[in-house]
Amino acid sequence: MAQPVELPDSIHVGPVIDPGHSLASVSDKVGGIVLKRRITLGWVFGLLISFAVLQNLMAGATWLFIKGVGVWGINIPVGWGFAIINFVWWIGIGHAGTLISAILLLLNQSWRNAINRFAEAMTLFAVMCAGMFPVLHTGRPWLAFWLLPYPNTMALWPQMRSPLLWDVFAVSTYLTISAVFWFVGLLPDLATLRDSSKSRAGQLIYGALSLGWRNSARHWQRYEKASLLLAGLATPLVVSVHTVVSFDFAVSLIPGWHTTIFPPYFVAGAIYSGFGMVLTLMIPVRKFYGLDDIITLRHLNNMAKVTLATGLIVAYGYILEAFFGYFSADTYERFMIWNRMFGPYAVFYWCLILCNIITPQFLWLKKVRTSPGKLWIISIIVNIGMWLERFVIVVTSLHRDFLPSSWGMYWPTIWDWAVYTGTLGLFMTLIFLFVRVLPMITIFELRMLLPGAEVKEPVAH
Amino acid sequence: MSEQTNLNPVNQLDGAKGLKYWRSLDELAATDGFQDYLHREFPRQAGEWLDDEGRRNFLKVMGASLALAGLSACTKQPPEYIMPYVQEPEKLLPGKPLFYATAFPISGIANPVLVETHEYRPTKVEGNPEHPASLGSADVPTQASILGLYDPDRLQAITYIGESRTFASFLIEFLRAVEKQKAKQGAGIRILTETVTSPTLGAQIQDLLKQYPGAKWYQWEPTGHGRRMGAQLAFGQYLNPIFKFDQAEVVLSIDANFLGNGPGGVRNARDFATRRGVREGVESSRFYAVETTPTSSGCRADHRLAVKPSEVIGFVRAIATAVAGGAPAGSKFQKAVIKDLLAAKGKSIVIAGDDQSPEVHAVVHYINQVLENNGKTVVFTPSLEQKPTDQWAELQALVQELNAGQVDLLMVLGGNPVYSAPPQLNLRGAIQLAKLRVRLGQYDDETSEVCQWLLPEAHAYEHWSDAPAADGTLSIIQPLISPLYGGKSVHDLFNAFGETPEKSGYQTIREFWKAKHTGAEFDAWWKHAIHDGFIKDSAPVAVNATAKLLPASAAVSGSGTEVSFHADPYILDGRYSNNGWLQELPRPITRLTWDNAVIVSPKTAADLDLKNEDVVEIAANGSAVEGAVWILPGQPDGAIALSLGYGRKRSGRAGNGAGFDAYRLRNAANPTFTAGAKVKKKGETFRLAAVQHHFAMEGRDPVRAGTVEEFKKDPFFIQKESETAPKGLTMYPQEWEYKGYAWGMAIDLTACTGCNACVVACQSENNIAVVGKEQVLNTREMHWIRIDRYYSGSENEPTMHFQPVGCQHCENAPCEIVCPVAATTHDSEGLNNMVYNRCVGTRYCSNNCPYKVRRFNFMLYTDWETESLKLQRNPDVTVRSRGVMEKCTFCIQRINYAKIMAEKEDRRVQDGEIVTACQATCPSQAIAFGDLNDPKSKVSKWKAEKTNYSLLGELNTRPRVTYLADIRNPNPELETGREG
Repeated sequence: MAQPVELPDSIHVGPVIDPGHSLASVSDKVGGIVLKRRITLGWVFGLLISFAVLQNLMAGATWLFIKGVGVWGINIPVGWGFAIINFVWWIGIGHAGTLISAILLLLNQSWRNAINRFAEAMTLFAVMCAGMFPVLHTGRPWLAFWLLPYPNTMALWPQMRSPLLWDVFAVSTYLTISAVFWFVGLLPDLATLRDSSKSRAGQLIYGALSLGWRNSARHWQRYEKASLLLAGLATPLVVSVHTVVSFDFAVSLIPGWHTTIFPPYFVAGAIYSGFGMVLTLMIPVRKFYGLDDIITLRHLNNMAKVTLATGLIVAYGYILEAFFGYFSADTYERFMIWNRMFGPYAVFYWCLILCNIITPQFLWLKKVRTSPGKLWIISIIVNIGMWLERFVIVVTSLHRDFLPSSWGMYWPTIWDWAVYTGTLGLFMTLIFLFVRVLPMITIFELRMLLPGAEVKEPVAH
Repeated sequence: MSEQTNLNPVNQLDGAKGLKYWRSLDELAATDGFQDYLHREFPRQAGEWLDDEGRRNFLKVMGASLALAGLSACTKQPPEYIMPYVQEPEKLLPGKPLFYATAFPISGIANPVLVETHEYRPTKVEGNPEHPASLGSADVPTQASILGLYDPDRLQAITYIGESRTFASFLIEFLRAVEKQKAKQGAGIRILTETVTSPTLGAQIQDLLKQYPGAKWYQWEPTGHGRRMGAQLAFGQYLNPIFKFDQAEVVLSIDANFLGNGPGGVRNARDFATRRGVREGVESSRFYAVETTPTSSGCRADHRLAVKPSEVIGFVRAIATAVAGGAPAGSKFQKAVIKDLLAAKGKSIVIAGDDQSPEVHAVVHYINQVLENNGKTVVFTPSLEQKPTDQWAELQALVQELNAGQVDLLMVLGGNPVYSAPPQLNLRGAIQLAKLRVRLGQYDDETSEVCQWLLPEAHAYEHWSDAPAADGTLSIIQPLISPLYGGKSVHDLFNAFGETPEKSGYQTIREFWKAKHTGAEFDAWWKHAIHDGFIKDSAPVAVNATAKLLPASAAVSGSGTEVSFHADPYILDGRYSNNGWLQELPRPITRLTWDNAVIVSPKTAADLDLKNEDVVEIAANGSAVEGAVWILPGQPDGAIALSLGYGRKRSGRAGNGAGFDAYRLRNAANPTFTAGAKVKKKGETFRLAAVQHHFAMEGRDPVRAGTVEEFKKDPFFIQKESETAPKGLTMYPQEWEYKGYAWGMAIDLTACTGCNACVVACQSENNIAVVGKEQVLNTREMHWIRIDRYYSGSENEPTMHFQPVGCQHCENAPCEIVCPVAATTHDSEGLNNMVYNRCVGTRYCSNNCPYKVRRFNFMLYTDWETESLKLQRNPDVTVRSRGVMEKCTFCIQRINYAKIMAEKEDRRVQDGEIVTACQATCPSQAIAFGDLNDPKSKVSKWKAEKTNYSLLGELNTRPRVTYLADIRNPNPELETGREG
């Protein structure tokens, strides 16, 4: 349906798909990764490492359930530590997928076609990692379901004024919509895999998963409708989910949390970190699976630009935060900013500034944007920077609030790290499995990018 | 109280190993009915089923029951027995606590208490409101005594060189040894006790000494020497000073921690507080403190001077010379003190600290005499001790006799002399030269280790005794529970010498008093004395005595670093070191828990290149100790302060390994301080668990302070310090109106002495868990109320402020709106409630609490395993488990109890009817609690004071707890930076 949009040459960095691809070659190339390509040593090795790291989560969660959240470094005054930092970080990472699949779809940005499947998968896995933390971090995780509004004999509803409850709704909605959107988008490609699979098992599994897709015009017509509707539903989520997450902080009265700038600043940060993570994953995948003709420099360039733009919004947020702190003339706010910059956690703050304000400035250079290696390094720095941002917000605000008598410090324990690295392991394990069992690029959408897919008359949507 | 006598036994539990529960009083008393009941083959009614029809039915039912029992047979149920009262004990209503009056003696001084018992299980200690030495308050060790009762580490069996024995076999062996002494008139018998004040015990010992004239009785306690010997030096006789702080206009403290700590501290604090601040009808006294290390009392002073230990005697002598007519010499501070003291002749008090030397005490007595205070603000009674004596000399005499092999039978009764004796005496080695060593003690401690016979000593709440309070009023100590571990009292042991070795403690005490009793109706008198917890008007009559000025002794040279020794404010000389509540209770000034530290001033630390937690070796008097440094502004430069009572090796699970043993440095020649100590940095660090790390107010005003002068200029100056959100600043259309009760609290920061009695009272009342040092290091302590301590002024001469902070019960509570499951909610009377059952533990409420008063069970902190500790818990308060938040409830169980009582009588709760645990025990009565809707209530009146302010009121949290500012009365002639 979508046509390649003609852009001025000046911002073109090559085509969105290499010339020389035909309808068949695209299917073969992308589907072949799943169906034909032999399992390589590299993949096995990667999966094993990821799976091994995932065991940290198993061990960490087990010990946590046995002993309680006291195995972590949290305390009074810092009641939230790694769990909430990681939760916000993972949720933020998810945002790139939704932005790419929903907003860019509505905006007719056809370059997204090569990356949206992968980004959506990443969203889903990131939200899965994120969703674990709110449950793990409760003192009595076996009762965490009390946050859900369900009819019960106690005749008691959750407390609707609590931002944590809004979180429950926001994140569960987000997970549902993302999963449905992703699965619906997969249907035509699952059917393609079913049709081209040589093994009986592949035919059966992909056949069942494709829900009887027969490629009929009616199917396509309904598919297009559903995609648009889901995109319409997902679009507000890009903005709302992280806005709600930011309310966890903004609604409180703790200096450093109680800030009206948080919602837009969190959303920009989320997209920023999300694109950072897409780049971190895409660049190696593109290299190892020889997809540089499908995920072209044009893609990298565009993603780098989005990263730069959101990075600048985030930088603006930091500057305003500091300015508001000063301008409020409030003892506590002023102290909070001073403490962030020069207190015991100052090194985290300045690393954050380095990662999130200084580093993205390199993206002004086209040479950097079109150099996968450099871009990959920057994307890693962006990921670290955004994690540090959450650390700074959560910890430096709590550890020194109103009464100096109750000031304290927070340092993570090995169990904090175990659970955090464990979710990284889970994420990577899922990514490794994903690239082997499902087409990581939307085959049918790619085909649309080919010249042969052009239709004479536009299809009404 | 008479029903208590039901309980007292006939020790059925003798010889029982470990903890033995009794099912009813009848079992305990072994009544015939109960024995019959136990020995019947079938329970009542079962055997009566004789008619045929009934028997068949019975078999059918049994068959069915057995079949059903098979279904549930997979899990083995633990054997649990329940047994109803066969005869209901008098006055016992399940669920309704009974209070018994008794006393808890510390170093022989009785602390009068009421003990709350639930179904005859003591759970909580309160001061005895009718006793003049308590007036309802209790100090920290007394509050914590209830945990000591249930300490699972107490000695639990009679042993002979590690082998379990019965009391009877002990008596046989013991009397055989005593028999041998008859020939030489007991010349081989030595008795070593703590300070003995009990009249009965004194008489028992004297009886023994009459029987065996060759036997000797020695007393030893490591602290309190200066106080005892000072009077002897000054007056030529042992006297007991009693202070009347309510009549003192000027107070000069010489290193004395006289408020809320030590003998008479509770009453001192109460009296002193009546003369402080600017509340209605109060005319503020002036308080100068001269200290060798900051104490909580000294931190309340209007002017505080830090002096090195060696300078103290010079200071008091200068004062003595000046008040006696000499030229007022010395510093501006001294001149100001002298001027004030002379202006308030007969209305001032000079008081010396218990750890100070006899000479300082003697000079202070002389100063008071010259100032005409003696007989007015300072009253003397004859010593309360049965045999006042120079205990340091006695211990040395004992060691000499031990070394000479003159001791055949040594009885060490109480105390822990092997641990606390000065190392030069090598008591540990000497004691083992005695042939037979009998030890009566509560623990298998350092002294028990070197004795052969160990007899578990009954806790004060387990046996009968008597003792005088600080003012001399005598108390009969009655037991509240049968000895948990088969403990014996010291009275039992002395009975063993006599003709009736099995005579009970009850008979012993009663017979002693019966013999002494002169008036009519002994039984009525006795019942009264037990019921009240003290014998009315039994305080000794004040005596007149003239103090003489001692000739100046050779001054101890103050060369090098000086080290002063202080009894720990909570575990004292180490006797309570296995009490987890006391170990975890933050020391008032250092805010340290679980360890003592090497206290140095900031300047000394800079000179010696020391940081907090650096390990240093202090060498003096031929021995050395290693400890971690804690830098404390207010400590004199060039002087180190060490707390005694730590470094125990055989204390128990709480006390073992806590801190280092400062006794190793203590010199018998001068137990107060040691000069010329060498301090060496070891290059290691040792983590100290402080509960507070920031002591500056950072330009904020949590504690608002001012002076009487300022108040006179502008009574509202405190409230003008910062803006408070106006009432009605809310987004909600309508404010909730509190129509019934509106509970609130006010805390007077002028009165608070930071003694921490409220904290431990709260811990006892509310089943608050002890978390241990590791958890405190990660700031996870669980105390519902804490006493923040701030500095203002300069680092060299800081002013210190105390502020008790518990849940503020905000009307606009930030915690409530963020809880996702409504586990913390507001009630119609303004209480911020915590619903443990509903809490899932997100900790959001704590994050959003600007006061950080919420406490979280990060792990399972409550001890669910130790059986004896379960007995201590207050059944009216939920025992919290892992993963839930908790915090101050305003003692909601007490509120509801009073409300139920009032409702039954169809009336409103009256002011004063509800007393929170912290309020009840506060020695200076710094806490008021009550109904804000009652304009006549004490709390309403306090809140109407002009110095009343809300903590962080600008946040519009509208706390129900407010504070009366810390108002002092500095001497205008001494200008120090006070306002911080």
